[in-house]
Amino acid sequence: MSAPLHASAALAALVLVAAPLTATAQVNSFAQVERGRYAVATGNCEGCHTAPGEPSYAGGRGLETPFGTIYAPNITFEPETGLGRWSKDDFWRAMHEGKGPDGSNYYPAFPYPHFTKMPREEVDAIYDYLATLEPVRKEKPENELPFPMNQRLSLSVWNWMFFEPGVYQPDPEKSAAWNRGAYLVEGPGHCAACHTEKNIAGGDKASEHLKGGQLDNWSAPDIRGGEGGGIAHWSEDQIVEYLKTGRNEHTAAFSSMAEVIEYSTQLMLEDDLRAIAVYLKDLDSDARQPADRPGEPVMTAGAAVYFDNCSACHVADGSGVPRIFAPLSGSGKVNDPDATTVIRVILEGARAVPTKAHPSPLSMPAFDWKLSDEQVAAVASYVRASWGNAAAPVTADEVAALREALQPTVQ
Amino acid sequence: MAGRSLSRRHFLAGLMVGTATFMAPGATARVVSREIPWLPGRTDMPPAYPAQRFFTPAERRCVDAITARLIPSDDGPGARDAGVTDFIDSQLAGFYGRGDRWYMRGPFADGLETQGYQSEHPPAGLYRHAIEALDAHCQGTLGANFADLQPAQQDELLTRLEEGDLELDGVSAAAFFSLVLENAIEGFFCDPIYGGNRDMVGWKLVGFPGARYDYRDYLDHDGARIDIEPVGLQGRPAWDPA
Amino acid sequence: MARKLPPVDVVLVGFGWTGAILAQELTDEGLEVLAIERGAWRDTPTDFPTTTAPDELRWYWRKEMFQNNSRETLTFRNNRGQTALPMRRWGSFLVGEGVGGSGVHWNGQTWRFLPSDFVAASHNIDRYGPLPEGMTVQDYGVTYDELEPHFDRFEKLCGIGGKAGNLNGRIEAGGNPFEGWRSAEYPNPPMHMTFSQNQFARATAELGLKAFPGPSANMSRAYTNPLGCQLAPCTYCGFCEKFGCGNYSKASAQTTILPVLMKKPNFTLKTHNEVLTITLDKSGQRATGVRHVDLEGNEYEQPADLVIVCAYALGSTRLMMLSGIGEIYNPATGEGLVGKNYCYQVMSSAEVFYEDKYTNGFVGAGALGMAVDEYNGDNFDHTGLGFIGGGYIANWTTNARPIETHRTPEGTPTWGSAWKKAVADNFLKSTSVGAHGASMAYANNYLDLDPTYTDVYGRPLMRMTYDFTPNDMAMSGFLTERVREIAELMGGREIKLNPREGPYDSMPYQTTHNTGGTIMGTNPTNSVVNRYLQSWDVPNVFVMGACVFPQNAGYNPTGAVAALAYHAAEAIRTQYLRSPGPLVQA
Repeated sequence: MSAPLHASAALAALVLVAAPLTATAQVNSFAQVERGRYAVATGNCEGCHTAPGEPSYAGGRGLETPFGTIYAPNITFEPETGLGRWSKDDFWRAMHEGKGPDGSNYYPAFPYPHFTKMPREEVDAIYDYLATLEPVRKEKPENELPFPMNQRLSLSVWNWMFFEPGVYQPDPEKSAAWNRGAYLVEGPGHCAACHTEKNIAGGDKASEHLKGGQLDNWSAPDIRGGEGGGIAHWSEDQIVEYLKTGRNEHTAAFSSMAEVIEYSTQLMLEDDLRAIAVYLKDLDSDARQPADRPGEPVMTAGAAVYFDNCSACHVADGSGVPRIFAPLSGSGKVNDPDATTVIRVILEGARAVPTKAHPSPLSMPAFDWKLSDEQVAAVASYVRASWGNAAAPVTADEVAALREALQPTVQ
Repeated sequence: MAGRSLSRRHFLAGLMVGTATFMAPGATARVVSREIPWLPGRTDMPPAYPAQRFFTPAERRCVDAITARLIPSDDGPGARDAGVTDFIDSQLAGFYGRGDRWYMRGPFADGLETQGYQSEHPPAGLYRHAIEALDAHCQGTLGANFADLQPAQQDELLTRLEEGDLELDGVSAAAFFSLVLENAIEGFFCDPIYGGNRDMVGWKLVGFPGARYDYRDYLDHDGARIDIEPVGLQGRPAWDPA
Repeated sequence: MARKLPPVDVVLVGFGWTGAILAQELTDEGLEVLAIERGAWRDTPTDFPTTTAPDELRWYWRKEMFQNNSRETLTFRNNRGQTALPMRRWGSFLVGEGVGGSGVHWNGQTWRFLPSDFVAASHNIDRYGPLPEGMTVQDYGVTYDELEPHFDRFEKLCGIGGKAGNLNGRIEAGGNPFEGWRSAEYPNPPMHMTFSQNQFARATAELGLKAFPGPSANMSRAYTNPLGCQLAPCTYCGFCEKFGCGNYSKASAQTTILPVLMKKPNFTLKTHNEVLTITLDKSGQRATGVRHVDLEGNEYEQPADLVIVCAYALGSTRLMMLSGIGEIYNPATGEGLVGKNYCYQVMSSAEVFYEDKYTNGFVGAGALGMAVDEYNGDNFDHTGLGFIGGGYIANWTTNARPIETHRTPEGTPTWGSAWKKAVADNFLKSTSVGAHGASMAYANNYLDLDPTYTDVYGRPLMRMTYDFTPNDMAMSGFLTERVREIAELMGGREIKLNPREGPYDSMPYQTTHNTGGTIMGTNPTNSVVNRYLQSWDVPNVFVMGACVFPQNAGYNPTGAVAALAYHAAEAIRTQYLRSPGPLVQA
């Protein structure tokens, strides 16, 4: 028999092989590398810096922004195409100031406005960890940005307007857990990147902090947990469970959040997840404006579509099967004023993130081939106005527009 | 499989023609490791092409007459109301008619009853040969094509076909009869997406609620009738706002 | 020219239930495992979601989920005096293809065999004297007691719903009092019974029989299995057998194992690749790997230390024949063992028609039923009956899919107005009581290679020579009378009996319970594989599946197939890997 593969042995071998190949890498203590590994998890570096089916951290993944497609670079320590020639100071400058070794500005698709909150020791640990990865030679594709977005100079203006470098400063009035949570959410976790509405220049709208946002044809819900917030009805335990396992009593994670959970939060310590929960539960919000109810014909049609297509999983009363099939009653995504995610999930289906705790990739099928725009609008309006849900109706035009936007360019 | 695609328009336009190979686009060898493959917006869609046709007008008349006797329109809907001939016509035009998924290599021999279908013709070819021979027989003995005979004459001929008591120029009468009967029942009770069971008349006749996926609320029926409006894969009228 | 690939520890031929079980067990042992599947990757949301699953024409009648007959089929004849002809399309059984195999489109009726079933020869000879002329029944070489933990393991993997009848030797009310002892209660409660099952329970009670819920792999409630995989509650949609389950309610490789297995770094799956042969070294006593071909026609040599054949009873037997492992059975001389003891299942039934009660059979599930076991195995005295074995009798409400299931009373014509009226009148008001009979091995029922017909690669098709046997007919006659007694008490207006008559017909659907061909046993003179399913001839080849059953019991086979697979996996893990070689000395 050939030798059985043992994960730990394989990893040790990688470390030994990788280290001498990189000019700047040093043999670091196990503790330092582990600290870096953990910090990488808190920042979900793997999610953006890994293209589907390609080696981890070798980059090449495109991030769709309203301004064009930006590709994540290779962050393995390969000298030509990766970080192999970078010094620790270079790395610090990238993370803290959003600038490359040559002084050029990064696009804020790289969330340096958040990473700037990380202290130097943490950033150094990330560097030491990345240095242990097997170097992969992989060129980054050119960004696909129109003028003037392709002018990195314009980013200086952007930085001047929206970016303030600076390590996180604790609030002495708040508990240690709150401060740790605030650091994780606002710093490495960069939650606002998706969950905060952007202004016309792509900067966060301060007044809308964590009240939900839209990115890449998904709407990210309001994650403020205090009074009036989108997850006001979630307990701290439920937030922790969601971040740890991808599911809780109320919902299941999919799409971008699935990635965050897979590469980041499920790997985090429970104390840190609880800290995040403590912080989010402290963020109050204004009460929502009451929404219009759909007309009776729409409700009747929506109920028929729901009964015939949805109830097998989500159950006739929208209660779902918690942790298996997401409940729709009380769902933050269903009640999001922005219906993009609801429409999109009906059109193309969704997969609940498989996690260590819940490995089953339970998925909803696509209905795009089966339901017309009117029927999607009816059932979306129905679920948004039933079982205590109270979000505005969806129109067939909105469905048609999203359907068009989701058409693949190559078929 | 046939028709892995994102487009509802294509599906509804009936462009999902039975491609030459049933093992169409998605079917290539692949290696799967460290992942559970899945992509959003993908459905292995039904191979429905209700607009496609195989029969000549004469063949169509013959099959229409046969199926109308097998499942008559009497005090309830029959094959004609359900569009059974349309269904068979489109099925024979596709992979089924060509026998793409049947073992059609020779040598061919008559075979025993326990050995099933043994014609050298795939279903479409069997229809073509059998109909030609049947109409020729009817012309020769009764002076008219099958479709133009009286119902009683048609029934008598069908009984003879069923019993294998008719020469069809090298085609097994019993094999033809059992195939037509099988296809007629398929067309009467299939999902309307395939062109048969039009307006779900077959399902309504017997009380089948169709393409549903949840009866938990009815488990305690205890012998009482359950009345639910049938639904097809493409829905029912109630799905559209009035 | 075949391209030579880097070696792996284990290659699995086929990736259905047994392939997934072996892969999970052997990757846990740290081995590098490669599974080669001739069909496609299949997952619930893409390939059989709720949006497309309830489509009777497509899945059953157009057979989209089954093995493609145009590429490969079997030839069939009832006896050696006839010429076998190809089964040009599937009929009496439906062989699976693709990831998950037939386990994707099974009903989910998950039984344990009786303790006496594993010692069918010695037990019956002890009690009733010598076996009749021509009957080739033999003992499995493994006992129920040895398999009990493995039955238990599979039931927990699948979340089987049921009620124990014998907990560690203590008879439990409401369960099957005849079953072998079980170390634990079923992991889930029974399914929710409907009108027909209640009628059956009443009728059998009147006859003094002890009805119990059929063991079901359709979830009676939400369930998380020991691997952490989640299954959802069954919705009783009536599209189980011949269909994939769209909402994760039926145990399959997809729902119970793959979520964990597919993520492992030491597991790889190749789809649309067909193994042409197991390759042997010059001695012929050691497998060097397999040769396989992808759909594009590229050929590969895949070296492996261990080859495990998991290609369904029929495919596995044929691969052993094509690979020249062991001698093909010849009934004329009695020489050879590969292909011997092909068995099936002997079914009969009675349909019950109600005047004013609605059975609403569309509210159904693959394993929604009540059963009695008084007439199975050796649960009753066979003295003077002229047969051994038996079967369970059950009322299942699996479906009311109208192309397939439209019962008509005795005397109804097969077409025309009277037929249509009878279908309409009885569609919602009928049910069926079935006997699921055992099949005893005879010397004249067997598998070998066809001399004439070939598959898409030019290899001979397998030839099946099979007919019901004197034992089958006597047993089925007896069981059908018991079925009649029950059916007559179920409160209907009339019944219609469907006894087993005439020769075996390869076309009307009966069951996909093909067994035998690479049978297990106590020594190399009576079997192809030993008690650990290891080839006697080539010890680094193991064969999974019902092909190892020396004869078939009066139950659905999946539970026993899985228990034997776990038993084999345990032997590989704890014995073979330490000391590769024969696990049983010949």
